[in-house]
Amino acid sequence: MKYDIVFCGVGGQGGISVSVVIARAAMAAGLQVKQSEVHGMSQRGGEVLAHLRISDKPIASPTIPRGCANLILAFEPLEALRYLPWLSRDGAVVAATAPIRNIPTYPEIESVLAEIKALPKAVLLDADALAKEAGNARAANIVLVGAAAKYLPLKADAIETAIAENFARKGDAVVSANVKAFQNGRKANP
Amino acid sequence: MSTETLLGNEAIALGAVHAGLSGAFAYPGTPSTEIMEFLQETAAREAGTANAFVAQWCANEKTAYESALGASYAGRRAMASMKHVGLNVAADPFVNSALIRINGGFVVVVADDPGMHSSQDEQDSRWLADFARIICLEPSDQQEAYDMMRKAFDLSEKHEVPVMIRITTRLAHARAIVKTGPRTPQNPVRKADADMSWILMPAIARKRWRELIEKQKAFAAISDGPDANPLAMKSGKLGVITTGVALPYYRENLADLVASLGAEPSHLHIGMYPMPKEKLRKLAAGVERLLVIEDGYPFVERELRGILPFASPRILGKESGELPIDGELSPDNVRAALGLPEREGFAVKNLVPPSRPPSLCTGCPHTDSLVALKEVLRDYPLHSVNSDIGCYTLGALPPYSAVETCVDMGASIGMARGASEAGLRPTVAVIGDSTFYHSGITNLIDAVSHRTNMTVLILDNGTTGMTGAQPTILPSSGLGNLVRGVGIEPEHVVTLRAHKNEHAKNVEAIRRELAYEGPSVVIMVRECLEAVKKARKA
Ligand code: SF4
Repeated sequence: MKYDIVFCGVGGQGGISVSVVIARAAMAAGLQVKQSEVHGMSQRGGEVLAHLRISDKPIASPTIPRGCANLILAFEPLEALRYLPWLSRDGAVVAATAPIRNIPTYPEIESVLAEIKALPKAVLLDADALAKEAGNARAANIVLVGAAAKYLPLKADAIETAIAENFARKGDAVVSANVKAFQNGRKANP
Repeated sequence: MSTETLLGNEAIALGAVHAGLSGAFAYPGTPSTEIMEFLQETAAREAGTANAFVAQWCANEKTAYESALGASYAGRRAMASMKHVGLNVAADPFVNSALIRINGGFVVVVADDPGMHSSQDEQDSRWLADFARIICLEPSDQQEAYDMMRKAFDLSEKHEVPVMIRITTRLAHARAIVKTGPRTPQNPVRKADADMSWILMPAIARKRWRELIEKQKAFAAISDGPDANPLAMKSGKLGVITTGVALPYYRENLADLVASLGAEPSHLHIGMYPMPKEKLRKLAAGVERLLVIEDGYPFVERELRGILPFASPRILGKESGELPIDGELSPDNVRAALGLPEREGFAVKNLVPPSRPPSLCTGCPHTDSLVALKEVLRDYPLHSVNSDIGCYTLGALPPYSAVETCVDMGASIGMARGASEAGLRPTVAVIGDSTFYHSGITNLIDAVSHRTNMTVLILDNGTTGMTGAQPTILPSSGLGNLVRGVGIEPEHVVTLRAHKNEHAKNVEAIRRELAYEGPSVVIMVRECLEAVKKARKA
């Protein structure tokens, strides 16, 4: 078994931290992981990218070769397009619909979404709304993990545990909102 | 023995701690910053215990290097860590430290940034290790990064030389599972022998230089021996040389390569320099084509190629175009160099995704300083604004388009001074507080000495923002005294609050200092938003 995930979004959306949560869940399940992130300058608003490779055998490259990603988890729709050359022929894209228009050249959102919809396996969802509904507007990244859960080579319970552990420091309210966000995501892509 | 998931930089830090590190010194710089951050977290936890050690940010890479050297002089294991261009700043102590008799193990960790994710060049530090004629170790993954720290300290003490650990961005910023070993106790304090070997006067330095040249034989013997640089001779006509992180990219493609060639290539992996010349000769004798895969400059390739083209084997690599001459390695460009077909993904059909460059945080104090400066400069069609390395470099981009140069740490003040002496008026240097402490102050001393007509804007946000908000080396409240102390006239040291509510007042003050015919300093104060956030989290 080998499972490669590209996480992409805009600085400040929590993309890298989510990749660490899934990596922990994979390790707890006894799997090998390699995770690689692009730390640019720490300012907000630039592109953010992380690669996570999960396997039951030793993993060579820390980054995912083109055409090999089983999943692109995009916290912003335009960012999903940037990494399509990494998506394998039977890979899935799970993306948030809300654009972050912090550049003057941002294309028409309809045409961005149309590119994603044209892919064989694509799920688009309003992660912000589902996060708010769960009680934490900042949990959109966790909603997306929920929406991708059925593709991941991990049990949903194991991911939920890793999420709870990740937020444990921040108190029960934050934990339960994030767990709810995860469940909302799962319901959106059952 | 236990296992942990570690970032490459964390593996290096933990490897150093487990090797008996007593003192670590650094200046922040991507992709090296997390080494010191991890060391400081560990040091804080262990303060007051028998394991206690020192982990300190310093004013710049040179001061960090020199502090580490002093700790080695005292007999303890010490390290300095920095990004590749930081080694330029520390080049003076670096090259000379190869000539002294290292006492406590001394390791310099240098993180190169091929592809320039967050740097102004992609220089390859292996050249500097070679230039200083010291041992350089290059790990291929996180496990090796951990293990090599112990090896580096041992080699340093055994051969009494500094040892460089050279890493690149992909190793620094990737996580993997690492098995850790036992912790070696720290060395006791034991001052270096009084044999003049730390006094580099010409007569002694000449002797030390001969000794360093002699040591090269011992270094070469390790490189060519069984414990470093594994060589596997196989039946194929192709030979492959990998260094550092090229190894996992090669392995990623190996199964496909063997299937396509019908034979496994011979393979030499280099993780230690100076280069293993005997192994290289043996490999070359057994193959027809030799592909060199290395992250950074074509260091191994150029040495192999020499000046005259070899008849056999044919050497392939960056210089011959099989691999890109700039940028970083990836599993894909290694795959292409191995002659394997590209794997296809999906294409975006009807649009080209525009890039999304980073920008200053909304509400960043720099924006208010730059907007005020721009307004004053509107009165001066001919002006020059020399800037520096920091978040404010982004002020070169629209909508600010406020600064015109960014070359190296501290260059803003020197360049503004030179531009002024050359007749360009008015000239303004824009520099952050951390960069000012790092390398700006010496240039300001020149400006005072020559009464250069220029204005220095110190953007004082109390932090090194770009690398993730490490506190500035001294409280910025001391900046005013410092610049007055070197001789800027007190009435031309102006402190302002960098906030849009103060815009009119700030414009007026900057205008006054630009009109003044002599060196003046305007300190624009307001805390970095990221630093505020970090403090709130802690
Ligand atoms: S990190 Fe700090 S200094 Fe950098 S852009 Fe943000 S607020 Fe400004």
